[in-house]
Amino acid sequence: MEKELRLMKGNEAIAEAAIRAGTDAYFGYPITPQSEVLEYLTLEKPHERTGMVVLQAESEVAAINMVYGGAGCGKKVMTSSSSPGVSLKQEGISYIAGAELPCLVVNVVRGGPGLGTIQPSQSDYFQATKGGGHGDYKLIVLAPSSVQEMADFVELAFDLAFKYRNPAMILSDGAIGQMMEKVWLKPQKERSKELPGWATTGKTPDRERNIITSLDLDPNKQEQFNIKLQKKYREMQEKEVRYETFQCEDAEYLLVAYGTSSRVSQKAIQLAREEGIKVGLLRPITLFPFPSKEINELANQVKGILSVEMSAGQMVEDVRLAVNGKVPVDHFGRMGGIVPTAEEVVENLKTKIIGG
Amino acid sequence: MADNISTKEIIKPENLVYKRSSVMTDNTMHYCPGCGHGTAHQVLAEVIEEMGIQQDTIGIAPVGCSVLMYNYLDIDMQEAAHGRAPALATAIKRLMPEKFVFTYQGDGDLAAIGTAETIHSCNRGENILIIFINNGIYGMTGGQMAPTTIEGMKSSTSPYGRDVKLMGNPLKMTDIVATLPGTYYVTRQSVHKPGNVRKTKKAIRKAFEYQKLNKGTCFIEIVSNCPSGWKMTPVESNKWMEENMFPFYPLGDFKVPEE
Repeated sequence: MEKELRLMKGNEAIAEAAIRAGTDAYFGYPITPQSEVLEYLTLEKPHERTGMVVLQAESEVAAINMVYGGAGCGKKVMTSSSSPGVSLKQEGISYIAGAELPCLVVNVVRGGPGLGTIQPSQSDYFQATKGGGHGDYKLIVLAPSSVQEMADFVELAFDLAFKYRNPAMILSDGAIGQMMEKVWLKPQKERSKELPGWATTGKTPDRERNIITSLDLDPNKQEQFNIKLQKKYREMQEKEVRYETFQCEDAEYLLVAYGTSSRVSQKAIQLAREEGIKVGLLRPITLFPFPSKEINELANQVKGILSVEMSAGQMVEDVRLAVNGKVPVDHFGRMGGIVPTAEEVVENLKTKIIGG
Repeated sequence: MADNISTKEIIKPENLVYKRSSVMTDNTMHYCPGCGHGTAHQVLAEVIEEMGIQQDTIGIAPVGCSVLMYNYLDIDMQEAAHGRAPALATAIKRLMPEKFVFTYQGDGDLAAIGTAETIHSCNRGENILIIFINNGIYGMTGGQMAPTTIEGMKSSTSPYGRDVKLMGNPLKMTDIVATLPGTYYVTRQSVHKPGNVRKTKKAIRKAFEYQKLNKGTCFIEIVSNCPSGWKMTPVESNKWMEENMFPFYPLGDFKVPEE
C-alpha cells in the first residue's frame, strides 16, 4: 500500500491507519458511534493484508483483557469503544498500566452519564486524563481534531506507548468519528518481527522467565513501583507535550479547546476578530501530558481565558491549575451530546471573560 | 528393620518414585498443607517437562489462591484480572499460534466473575487448555461461598450451609462447556490419590497433544480440597470431598474425541 489520499470517516481512518501502522491485533465490541472501526477492519480482511488479528469479543471487558494478553506478548494491540464501553474497560486499563504494557485504546466519546446519548461529547476528559480506573496511573492521551489526526495519531500513540511501556489513548468524539474528510494515508508499514525482551514469548534457556503482572504483596516494593511510575509520568510531562496555537501572537484573550470544540473555537475567533476582539486559541494535542507551561506563559500576555468544552467543565480545572490565578479563567460548554455554536462561544467570551 | 537403613541408603536413583519437575522453581509454595494446588502444579510441570515444551508454553495465572502460580512454574506467565484469563489466552494463542497456552483458574474466577469469558472462549473453540480447580470455596479471600459451593456446605458467607432457595444453586461449569461446539476434550479429575494424580497428568498431556493438532478448547476440571477454608485436616477434607463433592461432581470424561 502506497501513500494515498482518501475521503473517509474518522472511525474508518483509524481502522485503515491501524492496518498500515503494522498493528498486530485489534479486539473490539460494537458500540455507537465507533462501530465503523470494527466493521471496517472485518471488511478489509487485514489478516490477508498483513496477518493482523481482528476479533469481535464477547464484551468490552473481554476485549481489553485480550489487549492485555496480546500486549504482554510484546505485540502492537489496540481496542476502540465509546464512553459506556470505555467505562467497562477501566479495570483492564488499570491492570495494563500496572503491568506496564504498551497498547492503544480509542474512545470516540458520546454524551453521558449512563447510557447517555450517541451524540458527540467531551465529558470523559477526567476519566481519560486522571487515571480512570483504580490506582495512581496515567494514560498518554492524544486528542485529534480532524480525520487526518485520527489516522496520524494511531502510529504516534503506539510509538509513545512502546517508548514508555504505557497505555495510550486517542480521545476523540462522535463528531470526529463520524464526519468525513480527506485524509492522507501513510504507506503500509511491516509488522514488527522483533519483540521486546520483557514479553512472554516462551522462556528460553538463556534468560529468566518473563512475568507480566501488576501484583506485589510487599507494600514497600509496591510503593517503589509507584515511585517509578510517577517518574515516568514526569518524564512524559517534560518531553511529550504537544499543542497547537492559532492567532495567539496579538491575542488579548485566549480560548483553550481540543477536538471538536477547537474547530468551533477557530470559527468563534474569526467572528470575534470581525468585531475587533483580539482572541487566540491554544489547542492541547496531548491532554496528558497537559500543556500547562505553555498556557501559563500565555497567561502573562492575555487578560482572560475561556476553556471551551463539550462537558460541564473538566479541562478547565487543568487550565486553572496552569494559570494559577494570574488571570480570570472560566468555562463554557454544552453537555449531553450538544456541540456549541461559534456564536455561543463569542457570547460567552464576552459575558464571562471580557465583561467580567 | 527400618532402623538398619540409613537415609543415604534410601536416596538412590532406583528408589526414586516422585521428584520435583525441572519446570518447577525452588520457591517455597505458599499453599496450605494438604491443598491440591501443589500437586496440580507439579503434574502440569511434569507434562511440560516430558513434552519438552518449556520454551513454547505460556501460562495465565488467575486471581485466587493460585495468583502467585508464576512463582512456582519456570515458564513465561501472565497474571490476569479476576476471571479474565481466557480472554488473555485467546489473544496470546491467536497472536502466537505456535505456542502452548493454558489458563489455570479457580471456581470463583472461572465460574462466577469469569463466566462470560469461559463460555465464549470455549464456544469459539479457542485452541487453549483451561485447567479449572474446583474446591467449592473462595480460598484466598477467606472461605466465602463460591458458585460451586454445594447445597448445605458451610462457608463464611453461607455460615448455616448453602440454602439453594436463598443463595441459588451450585453451578456445574464442566457440564455446560461440554455441550459447546468449540470444546474438544472435557474431563473432570482429582489429585487426592496417586491413581487420580496419574489420571490428571494423562488428561493434561492429552490436552496439550490436542492443542498441538489445533483441535479446539480442552477443559480439565480438578475437584480439589480446601482444608483451611473447609476447616478440616487434610485427611478429613479429602474424605469429605469423596463423600460430598464427588457425588455432585462425579469424576470422569464429559467429552472425549473419537480416536
